[in-house]
Amino acid sequence: MTQENSSLDKQSVKDVVIRFVGDSGDGMQLTGTQFSTTSALLGNDIATFPNYPSEIRAPQGTIYGVSGFQVHIGESAIHTPGDDVDVLVAMNPAALKVNINAVQPGKTIIVDSDSFTSKNIEKAGYKENPLITGELDSFVVIEAPITTLTREAIKDVGLNKKAMDRSKNMFALGMVYWMFTRPLNHTIEFFKKKFSNKPMVIEANIKALKAGYNFAQTLELMPSPLVVLPAKMRPGTYRIINGNTATAWGFLAAAEKSGLDLYLGSYPITPATDILHELVKHLQFGVKAFQAEDEIAGISSTIGASFAGKLAITTTSGPGLALKSEALGLAVMTELPIVVVNVQRGGPSTGLPTKTEQSDLLQALYGRNGESPAIVIAASTPENCFDYAFEASKLALEHMTPVILLTDGYIANGSAPWKIKKVEDMPDITHRQITADDVEGEFEPYSRDKDTLARPWAIPGTPGLEHRIGGLEKADITGNVSMDPRNHEHMTKLRQAKVDKVADSIPDLKVEGAQEGDLLVVGWGGTFGSMFTAVNSMHEEGKSIGLAHFNYINPMPKNVEDVFSKFKKIIVCELNNGQFHTVLNAKFPKFEYMKYNKIQGLPFSVLDLINKFNQILDNK
Amino acid sequence: MTDSNMPVYTYKDFASDQEVRWCPGCDDYVVLKSIQKALPQMGRRKEEFVFISGIGCSSRFPYYVDTYGMHGIHGRAAAIATGVKLANRELSVWVASGDGDSLAIGGNHFIHLIRRNIDINLILFNNEIYGLTKGQFSPTSLMGQKTKSSPYGNIQPPFHPGELAIGSSSRFFARVPGGNTKMQQAVFIEAEKFKGTSIVEVLQNCVIFNDGAFDKYTDRAVKDDAQLYVEHGKPMIFGKNSDKGIVLDGLKLKVVTIGEDGVTEDDILVHDAKEKDTTLHLMLARLHMPVVTGIIRAVEEKTYDELCTERIEQMKSQAKFKSVNELFASGETYEVK
Ligand code: SF4
Repeated sequence: MTQENSSLDKQSVKDVVIRFVGDSGDGMQLTGTQFSTTSALLGNDIATFPNYPSEIRAPQGTIYGVSGFQVHIGESAIHTPGDDVDVLVAMNPAALKVNINAVQPGKTIIVDSDSFTSKNIEKAGYKENPLITGELDSFVVIEAPITTLTREAIKDVGLNKKAMDRSKNMFALGMVYWMFTRPLNHTIEFFKKKFSNKPMVIEANIKALKAGYNFAQTLELMPSPLVVLPAKMRPGTYRIINGNTATAWGFLAAAEKSGLDLYLGSYPITPATDILHELVKHLQFGVKAFQAEDEIAGISSTIGASFAGKLAITTTSGPGLALKSEALGLAVMTELPIVVVNVQRGGPSTGLPTKTEQSDLLQALYGRNGESPAIVIAASTPENCFDYAFEASKLALEHMTPVILLTDGYIANGSAPWKIKKVEDMPDITHRQITADDVEGEFEPYSRDKDTLARPWAIPGTPGLEHRIGGLEKADITGNVSMDPRNHEHMTKLRQAKVDKVADSIPDLKVEGAQEGDLLVVGWGGTFGSMFTAVNSMHEEGKSIGLAHFNYINPMPKNVEDVFSKFKKIIVCELNNGQFHTVLNAKFPKFEYMKYNKIQGLPFSVLDLINKFNQILDNK
Repeated sequence: MTDSNMPVYTYKDFASDQEVRWCPGCDDYVVLKSIQKALPQMGRRKEEFVFISGIGCSSRFPYYVDTYGMHGIHGRAAAIATGVKLANRELSVWVASGDGDSLAIGGNHFIHLIRRNIDINLILFNNEIYGLTKGQFSPTSLMGQKTKSSPYGNIQPPFHPGELAIGSSSRFFARVPGGNTKMQQAVFIEAEKFKGTSIVEVLQNCVIFNDGAFDKYTDRAVKDDAQLYVEHGKPMIFGKNSDKGIVLDGLKLKVVTIGEDGVTEDDILVHDAKEKDTTLHLMLARLHMPVVTGIIRAVEEKTYDELCTERIEQMKSQAKFKSVNELFASGETYEVK
C-alpha cells in the first residue's frame, strides 16, 4: 500500500492488497469477488487470485480447510494479485495461521475474535491464543466480535443460528468497505438479484453488511478511511474475467469467426476443468462438448471431430498432456487442425494439482515420439487467454496442424478486467475446407498451399473427395502410405518447415521498458504480470532494463536475435528449472543467458525479481 | 431414403486403389468383400461412410474401402469415431478393430462407446491372437494356448467379447463366422440400420498365427451342429437335420433333440433379440457348443448423439444468450470513460 498526499480529506492510497481468508464454508470467494467488482465499478484496475483448499471437504476450523481470495486494486495499471498483503481478514485461527506469513509487520489484520475459542485455537495448531501471546504485536490487529455482532444484527430476520452465521462474511466485508470508502449498493443489488426467491437471505446479508459498515464507522477502525482513485484505463466497456473463462470465450469467438462449430473433447483435471464447465453452458452456439472416458479419448475424439470438419479442441493439464502425446503425434501426421490447451500445474506426476508452474514447456515442444513438431503458444495474463485461445484456433485452422496453448493455474484462476471484445473486432479466420469444385483432376489430400505448406481439408460427407489418412508415414501429395526412406526424410522436413513457416504470420517480439541497454529480462507465459511490474518500476527509476516476454514459442518471432543483441546481459526467468533457458541456448547459442527460477508452485514475487535484477545491474 | 439422385453403386465403387496386403487366406478378405457388397445396399451415398481403425492387421481395413477413412492409433478407433459421429450425425461411421485393439489397449474406449450408445458400427475382428506383432496371446486367447509370448501355454483367462459387450450394456450384439459372407452382409446391413452402437464380432481365422481356432464351429463337417444361427422371433433350432434346439433348464441353456425324450418344437426357446433383460442374451453370447451366430441382441434406445443434438436444440430455444457477443457483454460490466 503506497501512501499518497492528497488534498481530499480522506487519505488516498495508490494500491492496496486485501486477502479474505476463512473456512471453506465461510464464503470467502464471494466476499472477495464482491470487493473486486465493487472496486472495478469505481474504476480501479484490479487483479485477483483465489486460493482453494486442496481438500474438498476438510474438517471445519482446520488449516486444511482454509480458503482465501486475494484482490489487488489500484489507481494505476495492476498486473498481479500482489505479493504482500496490506489487509488480512481472517475469519478463524486456522486462516490466520496459514496466511500470517504473507503479511509484513505494520500491516493490518482483522480477525473475528469470537472464533478464537480454545477448541479452534487448538485445531489451528496454536499452543496458545495468538491474540494474547503478543506474537501479533508488530501488526495492526483489529479484533472484532464478528460472529456475535452478526447474530445480533440479524436476529429479527428469523433464521436459525447456523444460517445466521453464513452472513458473517458480509459483516466483515462491510467493515472493509468502510475502510476503503466503497459503496454498498453493488453488493446489495447482487443479493437482491441472486436470492430473489429467498427474502430472508437477502435481508440477513444486507443487514450484516450494513452492520459491519456502521461498526467500522462508529469505532473508527482507522484514523480515516482510505481512497483508491480510479485508474487510467483505456475507455470502453469492461468486465472481470478469469483466465479459464477467457480461454473458453476465445474459442467461442474463433468458432463464430471461422464459421465452424466448436467441438470440445475433454476429461476433468485440475486446474483446466473450468473451461469444460464454461463451454457446456453455451451449447446453444452449436458447441459439442464431450466429457470423455479418459484423456486419450478426449484428444482422440477431438481428432475425429477435426477430421469431420469442426474447430476441435481438448483441454487438460500436465499429466493429461502426457497421456495425449501419442494422439498428438497422430494429429501431426494426419495434419489435422486441433488445439490442445494445457493449464499447467506443478509436476511431475500428480505433483501440485492446485499450484502453478511452467514446467510443461519441454513436454509441449518435444514430448512425443518421432520428429513431431507442433505450434506452441502461451497466454500471459488472465484476459489475454481470450486472444491466445482465438489465435491458437486461427493458426491450427489456417496451417492445418495441432497447436498447443499453454496457460497455467495462476492466470487460469486469476481475474482481471477485460475490455470486452466483439466477434467483429477479431481478425478473420480462413479455414481450408474444400469441395470437389476446388479440385482439378485427381484429389490429392497431401498437396500443399505454397505459402503456408498447409494441406487441404476435405471432410467426410463431401462428394468426390473420399480419401484415407492415418498414422503411417504418408507419401507427399497423394497421402498414400509410404515406407520409402527418402520420402520419410522429405516428409519429416516438410512437417517441420510447415510449422516454421508460421513465423511469417506472427507478430514481432516486443520489448517493454528500455529498448536496448544493460539487462534484458526474458520470460514467457503466465509470469508476465510480475515480471512487467518489476521491470517497469525499475525502468521508471531510470534503470537500463527491458522485458522481452514470449507468447509465441514454436515457432518464435523472427526478430528474437535482433532483440537479444541489443542488450549486454540476458536473464531468463521461469517458474521451472530452466526449460526456456535450455531452448534459447539451443536455438540462439551465440548469446549468454543467465537464469532465475522459482519452483515452489507459486508465482514470482515482484520484490524478489527487482532484487535479483538490481544485483545483476550493480555487478556490471 | 427416396433420393432419386441416389447413385447406384456396386461393390467396385467401394474398392480403393490400394493393394490389399493381408496374408492369402486370411478371413479379413472375406469381411472386406462383405462390406464392399453390403455398403451399396444401405441406401446411403458413398461420401457418407467413414471407416476408422486402430492398429492391427484388421485395422488396415480403411485403406481398402473407397470411402472416407482414418487409420488411427492403437486402441483409439472407438474414441476417434466418437468424435466423427458427434461432429456429424449424418455420417455412417464404422470402426474396424481387432481383439487386441478393442479389448486390451482400447478396452476403456470399447466399453464406454457401448455404454453411451453412440450410433456407430464396430466390427470386432476376433482372431484370438496378435497378428501384426507376430503371434502373442491376446485378451481372447484361450487358457493354455501356446503363442510366442506364452510358449508354455497361456495362463491369462480370456474375455468373451459378447459378455463384455452386453455387460457394458450393449444394445446390439451380433456374431458372424469369418468365412460366411452371406451372413456377414446381412448382419452388417442390420447393424447399419440399427440406431445405436452395434457390435459385430467376427470369428476371424488368422491363417498364420492361430490357424483353425474356430474350425470347431466352422468346419464344413461340423458347422451345422456347432453353430446356432439365431433370428428374432424364430425358434432356436439348428443341426444338420434341424432337429436340435435350445431349452432353458433351470438357470442354464440346454441342447435337446426334437423328438427325443418327448421334446417337441414347441418346447424350443424362441429368440427375442428385442428383450430388454440381458439374461438370456448373455447366456447365448456365452454358449460355446453350439456357438451362437446372428443378431443376439438388438434393443433400441435413444442414442447419445441424438441426445446431444436434442440438448443443443433445447438450449437454442431456452438459452439466455443468443450470440457470443451477447454473452461477452452479459453480467456485471462497467464503463471506463
Ligand atoms: S497375420 Fe493373421 S490376421 Fe494378420 S493378415 Fe495374416 S492371417 Fe490375417
